[in-house]
Amino acid sequence: MARGFAFDLAHLLSGGMVLMSFMLLYQDRLTSLLRIYALHALLLALAVAWQAHAQGAPHLYITAVIALAFKAIAIPVALHRIVRRLGIHRELETVVGIGPTMLFGMGLVALSIAVMLPVTSQADPLAREDLAFALSVVLLGLLVMITRRNAVGQVVGFMAMENGLVLAATGAKGMPLVVEISVAFSILIAFIVIGIFLFRIRERFDTVDLQALDRFRGERR
Amino acid sequence: MTPAVMGAGDLLVLALLALPVATAGILALVPSHRIGARINVGACFLALVAAVVLVAHRPEIGRYLLVDDLNISFIVLTNLVATTTSGFSASYIAHELEIGRLQPRYMRFYHAMYQLLLFAMNLALLANNIGLMWVAVELATLTTVLMVGLYRTHEALEAAWKYFILGSVGIALALYGTILVFQAALPELGQGPRAMAWSELILAAPKLDPALLNLAFIFLILGYGTKVGLAPLHAWLPDAHAEGPTPISAVLSGLLLNVALFAVLRFKMLLSANAAAMAPGPLMIAMGLLSVVFASFMLYRRNDIKRLFAYSSIEHMGIVAFAFGLGGTVANFAGLLHMAMHSLTKSAIFFAVGHVAQAKGTQKIHDIAGLTESHPILGWGLVLGVVAIAGLPPMGVFMSEFLIVTAAFARAPVLAVILVAALLVGFGALFWRLHAIAFGQPTGKSAPVEASYIPMFAHLILVLIAGVYLPAPLVRWFQTVAQALG
Repeated sequence: MARGFAFDLAHLLSGGMVLMSFMLLYQDRLTSLLRIYALHALLLALAVAWQAHAQGAPHLYITAVIALAFKAIAIPVALHRIVRRLGIHRELETVVGIGPTMLFGMGLVALSIAVMLPVTSQADPLAREDLAFALSVVLLGLLVMITRRNAVGQVVGFMAMENGLVLAATGAKGMPLVVEISVAFSILIAFIVIGIFLFRIRERFDTVDLQALDRFRGERR
Repeated sequence: MTPAVMGAGDLLVLALLALPVATAGILALVPSHRIGARINVGACFLALVAAVVLVAHRPEIGRYLLVDDLNISFIVLTNLVATTTSGFSASYIAHELEIGRLQPRYMRFYHAMYQLLLFAMNLALLANNIGLMWVAVELATLTTVLMVGLYRTHEALEAAWKYFILGSVGIALALYGTILVFQAALPELGQGPRAMAWSELILAAPKLDPALLNLAFIFLILGYGTKVGLAPLHAWLPDAHAEGPTPISAVLSGLLLNVALFAVLRFKMLLSANAAAMAPGPLMIAMGLLSVVFASFMLYRRNDIKRLFAYSSIEHMGIVAFAFGLGGTVANFAGLLHMAMHSLTKSAIFFAVGHVAQAKGTQKIHDIAGLTESHPILGWGLVLGVVAIAGLPPMGVFMSEFLIVTAAFARAPVLAVILVAALLVGFGALFWRLHAIAFGQPTGKSAPVEASYIPMFAHLILVLIAGVYLPAPLVRWFQTVAQALG
């Protein structure tokens, strides 16, 4: 019974993270995007804490506390302030329409389940589904990054992606260095956020269209 | 690796890690940039000495750190290029401060970051744990991002931001791959650090789940491949090279790309050792060849001298990835040699380019002409560097490229034709540009620079010697590594 419940709750929490990732996809205001991200991180904290309890691995509670204090509270608050201070457009510009993005997102979830479940057939079922959900969260985070033109929107996508990775790392039973890795990630995110603020980066730098960049540099004759 | 049984090797490994960290701490506090630059050179040199002595005194395999045939060559190369670059950096920085392009207050930060980068690269190379290696590569990314943005211009910040975002996505994917490798090792090696240790993973490799390894490798090559600068994941590389300080371009091209490729190689060994897993070769060949072809054509469009050589780095990392993808003793041998030759040559070129840009006050190729007239030593140094990097005999790059092409013709003639065609295209672009830069009537402004020629010529002489005569022990050593690479 306990085994079944542990499985169901882990499932519910990581499923909730996938749902939140979908909600990130269609937000058209920065403030609501940040609120959904805070929820995303809160669910991660709960999922990690539950894994810590279910696996009997107390060091994972550290990761859970980091997720709660840093990602669910400190970072969203800081980003809210940045949005207000820098006067960034509250409306989010998206590259593709919401409909196609959502469809594409569903395709990504289907892909990650189709890829992960067969290859992990020998693994512990708890870890197995966790890895599939985590991959969905990672890919959806990537999709958020690609479809936003705004630096803050991109960073939220990156952080959602990173939440998926922490979920995968904690789901892999007995993985060493998880706490260290989550700390390393938090440092990275802190740097990104400080970077946005210090250098007043408002717009996304187009990473796909090299020609536009080259023109901007006077690279083209 | 308990202190009670610490041998000379353990101490050296410790020195390679602790020395840069301690120096970074000291440099963060030293107010004078001149003294800071000297300490920087001194500390790098001590690390180089430790690395060289380490070749003879290998420690036992530790729980988190190891020294084996593969990484020792990278460690020596990394610390060598870091030392020469610190020498170049000292004269480069002095000039930048003089003309006011850099503020003295950034210098403590710059030097501390340089040492931290050296620490991160040494740690990534020495790590006997795939998680630790990942953390080290991330640290190396962070320090270089900060240094690329050092000039604080709009372009520099943009380049740093782009590098940051793409690099972060890359290492995020690499982490997922790392987790999958752990997951694959879990049934065999059990929970805990053993399932992430290299020395254990490679022994257990034949018994690991092949499907998980395949999937992991795809994530790992996409992730670390971004850091290597393989097309189509190279978008950050030219900007980061062109907008950052030139010493950083030299370590990025000469060292950091190698470290990321080293990570890919480790995982490739894992897959090669597992008979049921997919062959890692074709994926590496495809990305490598794409990089070579793409970069050689892009060389024609460049108008910025540092971007020109940044694209040339993409080309050469593509050649190396192609060689390792091809596999077999000859191709692996050539790949290792090419990595070393490219590191030495490309950093020598950046040493020259850095001073050229200072002398001319611009990086635009159109505004630079007749260097051999106006600055003979710099100009001829650059000519020599380009001759080497383009793969002309008798330089070392010629030998490694020749070996790669021969191996490719023996194994996959069609691919070899594409490779050779792309190499010739790149060759043409480099010489076309070089002709305009180095010869003819000098134009534009031309200031004298206090250049440091020793690092540049030291590298070029090493490349020349390697092209003419490779010492037998070195050849044997490379062969052992090449065999281990599979």
